[in-house]
Amino acid sequence: MNTEQMPDRILVKGNEAVAYGAVDAGLRCYFGYPITPQNEIPEILSELLPEHEGVFVQAESEIGAVNMLLGAGACGIPAMTSSSSCGISLMQEGISYMAGSHVPGIIVNMSRGGPGLGDIGPSQGDYFQAVKGGGHGDHRNLVLAPSTAQECYDFMFKALDLAFTYRNPVMLLGDAIVAQIKEPVRRVPPAGTRTPEYLQSLVEDQRIEGYGARGKNARPRLLKSVYLAEGALAEHNRLLQRKYADMRKEALFDCEDVDDAGLVVVAFGSVGRIARSAVRQLRKAGHRIGLFRPVTLYPFPDEALSALARGRRFLVIEQNIGQMAEDVRLAVNGASPVLWHSVMPGLFIGANELVEPILQALNG
Amino acid sequence: MTYANNLHPQQGEKMVFDANPVLNERVTHYCPGCHHGIAHRLVSEVLHELGVADKTILVAAVGCSTFTYDYFNVDSVEAPHGRACAVATGVRRARPEAVVFTYQGDGDMAAIGMAESLHAANRGEKITTVFINNTVYGMTGGQMAPTTLIGQKTTTTRHGRNFSNEGGPIRLTEIMAGLQGVAYAARCALDSVKHVRKAKKAVRLAFDVQLDGLGFGFVELLAGCPTNWHMDPIAANKHIATDMIPIFPLGVFKDVKET
Repeated sequence: MNTEQMPDRILVKGNEAVAYGAVDAGLRCYFGYPITPQNEIPEILSELLPEHEGVFVQAESEIGAVNMLLGAGACGIPAMTSSSSCGISLMQEGISYMAGSHVPGIIVNMSRGGPGLGDIGPSQGDYFQAVKGGGHGDHRNLVLAPSTAQECYDFMFKALDLAFTYRNPVMLLGDAIVAQIKEPVRRVPPAGTRTPEYLQSLVEDQRIEGYGARGKNARPRLLKSVYLAEGALAEHNRLLQRKYADMRKEALFDCEDVDDAGLVVVAFGSVGRIARSAVRQLRKAGHRIGLFRPVTLYPFPDEALSALARGRRFLVIEQNIGQMAEDVRLAVNGASPVLWHSVMPGLFIGANELVEPILQALNG
Repeated sequence: MTYANNLHPQQGEKMVFDANPVLNERVTHYCPGCHHGIAHRLVSEVLHELGVADKTILVAAVGCSTFTYDYFNVDSVEAPHGRACAVATGVRRARPEAVVFTYQGDGDMAAIGMAESLHAANRGEKITTVFINNTVYGMTGGQMAPTTLIGQKTTTTRHGRNFSNEGGPIRLTEIMAGLQGVAYAARCALDSVKHVRKAKKAVRLAFDVQLDGLGFGFVELLAGCPTNWHMDPIAANKHIATDMIPIFPLGVFKDVKET
């Protein structure tokens, strides 16, 4: 299967869009372990990547996969893994090491219901794990939340760019809906896409590749996260914090009908898309309601939310028992009321089911 | 004057054993009588002789050997505890032209990292693993390792390792030799000059199979840990000969070049 012979417009699932986006964006290596609902990603890449002179390895576990990602990322090669909730939990050790060692890499989490084995239905229960670091120590992942198959495709380019710009793990946080929904996707690099070669050049002074390649007098390169000397770890963490502060400018969000709105619904990913339908329905009926959809979950678009706070109340809708609501409250910081509606993990909901809670929040 | 300068021949002295450019001249953090120094020297000599140090990448493990990268003049990446063979897989697949080796202790490789180690070997990853077996967790202060001998006292087997509670020592080389992806598997010891010379040959062969693209190269080195064995270095060497070798027999268990 040669992607160059594929048409520019394709009908694919979100998982497939991730796989095609990965190859088109210039991914060279994939390491992963099977888990539902993300299996189309490794299945497609097992065929596609070797045909594009790339590498596909089915690892013995998610622990193996994330550490292979660490190894390839340390070499400055665009690489990714994908999994779902339970598997992402197993990867947290490696993700923390990647963050601590400034290693770029992409982790796709097409999450499932939890805790434990949960189910394979839609859930946003991994929000905290994704945006608060997830592994041990003070570290952050850059987190993108696609809500459509098109965004699954486009965000692979964005993820690669962010990973190499910041030498940091980047996570795509999707769910069973966006993973399995089948819809048309334009297979065209998003505007502003930078070449993989350029992105790789950003890490040239750090990646490991065998010291002779840079001349015998060059100091051997070392990627590590251990700093035992007194004060060394403090300095290392200060450096990481400066990087995380730099990342704040990457915050992205999608806004609709907020200008005259008395109530702004805040939702991300698949639920953001369902909420949009409900908001549009209510707009048509004459209600002054807007939608705010965070696209990056870390950095969280808190400045934009804060700017909206005056004179508007917020309703956070998410498919978990209240995770992003905490970040919305922090962003709004008491300036206006933040209400919250939970959709229980594993349920498939329609826009109609959100109309009532939204009206209640508007009038309540 | 640095420590290293003291090692250079002074007037009237003759050089009979030189420093190796693949190892730097930093003083190591290892305890007196520890065999990591010998193992480092053997690996560095092999890399130097093969002329591949320029393209070698070391994947460091966790334990006393974490700081291996402080002594080797090669690019290095630190792996989480037990994951060195998985990290090395990523490195070798991403940079097929590189020579890649892991250097791991018994706890790292044969306990927490058993899955990553066996599966990398089974896939026939073109990497070389130097496995240091001193039957104890050194860095953390002498706890039981998967290779601890029956009856051996450690800080977590205070009355000696008891098979009924802790199982027996794992013979990793024999397990490795049974995997199709492994091209070379040998066990050597570092307790005597004779054994060190044999170990050098084995390390060389474990790298040869990688360079020849034949598969996973594995060499286990029985090594002394006088500190955690509570022995002096000479007694530690004797312990290897009299107590360890009977449980961990020396020899080449697989060599695809010979079969």
